[in-house]
Amino acid sequence: MRYREALNQALREEMQRDENVFLMGEDIGVFNGAFKVTAGLLEEFGEKRVRDTPISENTIVGMGVGAAMTGLRPVVELMTINFSLLALDQIVNHMSTIHYMFGGQVRVPMVVRMPQGAGHQLGPTHSHCFEALFLHVPGMLVAVPSTAADAKGLLKAAIRDDNPVVFIEHEYLYGQRGDVPDDDEDFVVDFGKAAIRREGDDVTIVGISRMALTAEKAASILADEHEIEAEVIDPRTLRPLDLDTILESVRKTNRCVIVEEGWPHGGVGANLAALIQEQAFDHLDAPIGRVTGADLPMPYSKPLEQIAYPHEPQIVDAVIATFRDL
Amino acid sequence: MADATQEQSGQRELPDRDAAREWLESMMLIRRFEERAGEMYAKAKVGGFLHLAIGEEATIVGAVRALRDDDYLISTYRSHGHALSRGADPDKVMAELFGRQDGVSHGRGGSMHMFDGEHRFMGGYGIVGGNLPLAAGMALSSDYRGTEDVTLCVFGDGASNQGTFGETLNLAALWSLPVVFMVTNNQFGMGTSLERHSAVTDLHHRGEGFGVPGLQCDGMDVLDTYAVIGEALKKARDERKPVLVEAITYRFRGHSMADPEEYRTKEQVAEWRKKDPIQVFAKRLEDEGMLEEDEAEKLDQEVVSRIDEAVAFADKAGFPPPESLYDDIYVLGDQVGGGWYSVDERSAGVHRGEHERELAEAERGPQDEYKKAVDEASREDVGVKKPTDEAQAEDDDAEEAEASAGDEASGRGRSDK
Repeated sequence: MRYREALNQALREEMQRDENVFLMGEDIGVFNGAFKVTAGLLEEFGEKRVRDTPISENTIVGMGVGAAMTGLRPVVELMTINFSLLALDQIVNHMSTIHYMFGGQVRVPMVVRMPQGAGHQLGPTHSHCFEALFLHVPGMLVAVPSTAADAKGLLKAAIRDDNPVVFIEHEYLYGQRGDVPDDDEDFVVDFGKAAIRREGDDVTIVGISRMALTAEKAASILADEHEIEAEVIDPRTLRPLDLDTILESVRKTNRCVIVEEGWPHGGVGANLAALIQEQAFDHLDAPIGRVTGADLPMPYSKPLEQIAYPHEPQIVDAVIATFRDL
Repeated sequence: MADATQEQSGQRELPDRDAAREWLESMMLIRRFEERAGEMYAKAKVGGFLHLAIGEEATIVGAVRALRDDDYLISTYRSHGHALSRGADPDKVMAELFGRQDGVSHGRGGSMHMFDGEHRFMGGYGIVGGNLPLAAGMALSSDYRGTEDVTLCVFGDGASNQGTFGETLNLAALWSLPVVFMVTNNQFGMGTSLERHSAVTDLHHRGEGFGVPGLQCDGMDVLDTYAVIGEALKKARDERKPVLVEAITYRFRGHSMADPEEYRTKEQVAEWRKKDPIQVFAKRLEDEGMLEEDEAEKLDQEVVSRIDEAVAFADKAGFPPPESLYDDIYVLGDQVGGGWYSVDERSAGVHRGEHERELAEAERGPQDEYKKAVDEASREDVGVKKPTDEAQAEDDDAEEAEASAGDEASGRGRSDK
């Protein structure tokens, strides 16, 4: 099953399970979704529960907040993560804040879904990776699924959770296939539990979102060509973060490289590196390595775009660099 | 109805005697509450920004009394009056201003972020125009669940220039949502006057392009406000159509306590004060025999006593304990409980690596600063009852304090008395 189909199945199952779950977004109904994640849902559930909206991101998210405060469980789709910037006011000032601001008296159980990522030559305004931006904000959960199974399991968990969730998909991953449990309506992947994609004793590679896959491929190269056995960890959710699993691995391997597609400054890797050195400084044999997207607006031209986000060779180089002083 | 303000003003029929007197009392309560809040601000019992609704009481009581119990109300950062008239306990509203655990938002929200879910007051919001989408979402929720509830969304003239205004009115009309948008046109967006911030100054016309019909009411007249908002609510409820109501009003005080009011003249303020919604309504009740001659004063004294109690309550109420700092950031459950980044892993102080998780709560964060703030707040006992004949003198004091306050951008410039 493809990643997008797994998401579609999660939405369908949760809508069948709970009549208060409904969808809002641009072109999610008649058009079946810009990336076809919501294909067929309008037909099955009707216009009341699958609502095509005007292009008004801030208001769509804000309406989701109002609906969630009064008993519904909205799932809002933003066409891409770039457009979430138009809704940042409602996401930060209201969605993530209201529960705390009103002393815990009201809940905001909603999900805002959006895909991110470069690789399709969409240029500077359509290729962002903003998981770091949302990780920055307390009061909401952040998911970054990289496999079809996680896409389904985490989305179902997100919809069932009473906290607001920013659910970050990836445009490249939509077409990727993977095994997905489809005979268990209660298959969920809990937030805050990292997945160890590959076990190894020599170095820990943490890959975020799509980069978990790229890290796995890099790990194969490291084993085949450099006799380095890397342990690859996909945190799956950034809030809550399963730091314990990462720390346990680092304490075993004594080396760590973090891979993300987003910008380096204030990135997920910068944050994670700070946490790891605070918690496991004595276990580190080398500075923590980071591999990130280039610190620039994404260029359109394909050759330039290809060198502006991480591929396997950069990860291999970063891992080898952690052995340099031996 | 639209543009009929001048003809209608003062001509509206009174409700029954009990209701009329209750409306008057509710407006008086807001007036006296706001005055005392201003005083408490000058005494540094209240922090942050304090936006008073003095002069706008009729827009609040007229609108809120037109609501049914199950209707939703959502407001702005000038929302003490909405909370009070909707039924929130004055003790708890004042305690919120004082930053106490017993406040309506448990001391997390403050003046700009009041909440009273029990009375379906869905909150005051500090972002100008930010509450419009929420209101439409609540109306969508009512529609979705098949109830008759209507949402009343209050915002100021300044908010009508935000993108959310156009976005939300369009969506509300498109989806036939039962919501009434009430723009409280008090003539100024902070210090920028209506004609300097809006190309079209008849704000009730601004919804027409989005398919939202507009009405206008005299926001200095509680009866007119009640009647027009009532008509709008009926249309929203029965016809499932959003309505925009413009209430023409004026705030007698500055935008917030930190407002030197250099953008308007004393003469203009004096002119509007002649239309004082409380005095005008009290006189009408006296003229129609619903209020004896001295009764307004007696009601006022009762209200002042009630506010005294609220101040005493707030001053005695405890601050949120330091260990509650991280409470209610998340709804705790199976997924969010003990893990990193779930609740309280990161103090505001120096991060102490592997040992931080084992530290007792009390050892985290800048504890000295907490104690200092509590000590400062307790320095002066303000919970004493004051004779009402001092009220006017205090009012003058508060105005002086306002006048000497700095501008909003550079923070408050108040001095302790």
